[in-house]
Amino acid sequence: MNWVKNNLGKWALSWPPLLYLVLFFLVPTAIMFVAAFRFPGDFGGLAPMYYVEEGRLVWDLTLENFQRLFEEPLYWELFLKSAVYAGVTTLACVAMGYPLAWLIARSPKKYRDLMLLLVILPFWSNFLIRIYAWMIILGPGSAFTHAVNAVVTALGFEPLQLLFTPFAVIVGMVYVHLPFMVLPLYANLEKHDLALLDAAQDLGASAWQRFWKITWPLSLPGVFAGSALVFIPALGMFAIPDILGGTDSIMIGNLIKQQILDTRDWPFGSVLSIMLTAGVLGIALLGALVARGGKRG
Amino acid sequence: MALLEIKNVVKRFGDFTAVNNVSLSVEAGEFFTLLGPSGCGKTTLLRMLAGFEQPDSGQIVLDGQDMSRVPPEKRPVHTVFQSYALFPHMTVRQNIAFPLKMAGWDAKKIASQVEELLEDVRLTQFGDRYPHEMSGGQRQRVAIARALVDRPRLLLLDEPLSALDAKLREQMQIELINLQKEVGITFVYVTHDQGEALALSHRIAVMSHGQVEQLDTPETIYSYPRNRFVADFIGQCNVLEAEVVAGNGDGTATIEIKGCGRMRVALRGEVAPGQKGWLALRPEKIKVGRALAVEDGEVHFKGRVNDCLYLGDVTIYLVEVGDGVVIETMLPNSAPGLAKLFDDQDQVEIAWRFDAGSFVTE
Repeated sequence: MNWVKNNLGKWALSWPPLLYLVLFFLVPTAIMFVAAFRFPGDFGGLAPMYYVEEGRLVWDLTLENFQRLFEEPLYWELFLKSAVYAGVTTLACVAMGYPLAWLIARSPKKYRDLMLLLVILPFWSNFLIRIYAWMIILGPGSAFTHAVNAVVTALGFEPLQLLFTPFAVIVGMVYVHLPFMVLPLYANLEKHDLALLDAAQDLGASAWQRFWKITWPLSLPGVFAGSALVFIPALGMFAIPDILGGTDSIMIGNLIKQQILDTRDWPFGSVLSIMLTAGVLGIALLGALVARGGKRG
Repeated sequence: MALLEIKNVVKRFGDFTAVNNVSLSVEAGEFFTLLGPSGCGKTTLLRMLAGFEQPDSGQIVLDGQDMSRVPPEKRPVHTVFQSYALFPHMTVRQNIAFPLKMAGWDAKKIASQVEELLEDVRLTQFGDRYPHEMSGGQRQRVAIARALVDRPRLLLLDEPLSALDAKLREQMQIELINLQKEVGITFVYVTHDQGEALALSHRIAVMSHGQVEQLDTPETIYSYPRNRFVADFIGQCNVLEAEVVAGNGDGTATIEIKGCGRMRVALRGEVAPGQKGWLALRPEKIKVGRALAVEDGEVHFKGRVNDCLYLGDVTIYLVEVGDGVVIETMLPNSAPGLAKLFDDQDQVEIAWRFDAGSFVTE
């Protein structure tokens, strides 16, 4: 009796989110999966899945959409380029987020909440507005661009264009994703036992060795968690390359958006989406395996 | 010259003086203990020896070299921390190898030295385990092995046994003594546990309020506490308010204990008539019997047993002598059988030799 009672409570609490995920994630994914095997409609969208001929039902499905992907190296290059953009963004977020998370974690307790608040403060204004702000900052008329180019020309080079370049895309992506790196890293670093650093110093470790041999390996779970939170959304990003990137800096997300919304070739857009999801799943799986292998007990 | 010399060391934290003008020296090969209640400055002194704190004034000299400007990682001194501070992401072997790696030893030498230390602390078969897979006592031994592996000049131990249960603590005490004998490295041990200090040390510095109250061998500290604090802090002790009547010129004095009368007591130092102080007298130094023959040089009282505390190996009898003065006595239950000697309200006589106790001042 008790068992039923206890689990009824759990069930009552968990069915709404479960239902939500099934209806709005699993079902659409399945629809998209099927769409990848259908023909595009004459005026965009999807052609019917089947037709009736001489009283028989005939399925009208194809592998052509996948064929198109596998035959055209341009698409693969775009996947690879997106992975590189997301990778560089992740590395830059680690490089910038780690010192920041460390600083917050080692600050007096009474200032930490305030500092965390400042980290998430950008979320208070709209994502697109912030990206458009970067458009102004990196634009040719801005004080920032003038300052950069003053230095560049002083060093004897041609002035640079900042906006509509891969650089601008990376800057925008790092800016948007940095808090997702800082928060898990902070949660990890904040829990470290500082006696370990005393012990390491006592046993002859220099400041650099104390970081590299103690703090860094113990913070890896935080680094991995933050990297996942940055890399995965960055990989599928389309708004930032759309706004800040040039014609040569589009990512796979832009192509998907273009196929679905502009060309209205839903089947091929679905193929690209599925490949992106599969790629993310593959990376996540690899990460989990590495984490399990690296985790001692 | 002594291995370690602490000269007039002062350390303040804001208004609080943690260590107040401490001077002492530790000989090579010694097991030296800093003993005192929490807040007495012993841990601060230890942290200054390790290099984590800097003295505000005074000097710490190791092997003739002033350590003031030497950072912790450059001192030939290692610490066994109270929490052990083992690196959780390293195996036992990797933990023990850590100081050798930092010192840049080559891999072959590291491996053989680590095996030797694992053997010393009897953990050879646990070398590939992680700290969280081991018991408290085993972790303790890893921490000690890690701190000894590159043969420091000085090993500092900060209450290393306080996290262990009583049985294991006694076993670890014996292991510590043997290990120290074996490796011959000088130990400076910090504890608030007087029993542990007495059991382990060659010499003890009893500290209170940032100062050394007494520095002596365990036997001397126990038998001849120099002042009231030491008498009270170390072991069980009767501390009876007393006043000097007269010095006798033969290393003894006559004192008067209120409600109890006059008696002779051995002195360590000079006293003046009228001086106030205490008679410090250990319970086990007192004879108790139904009728005791009065022997020469003994102080003798009749009394009544007020309370008995049966502790198994010994029984504590609280004997009221004279007017409200209660003296704690302790007799071993060494006779066969139930062995308890007296009951509540029994009339007894107690006696002690004049040099069994001592007259102490504040």
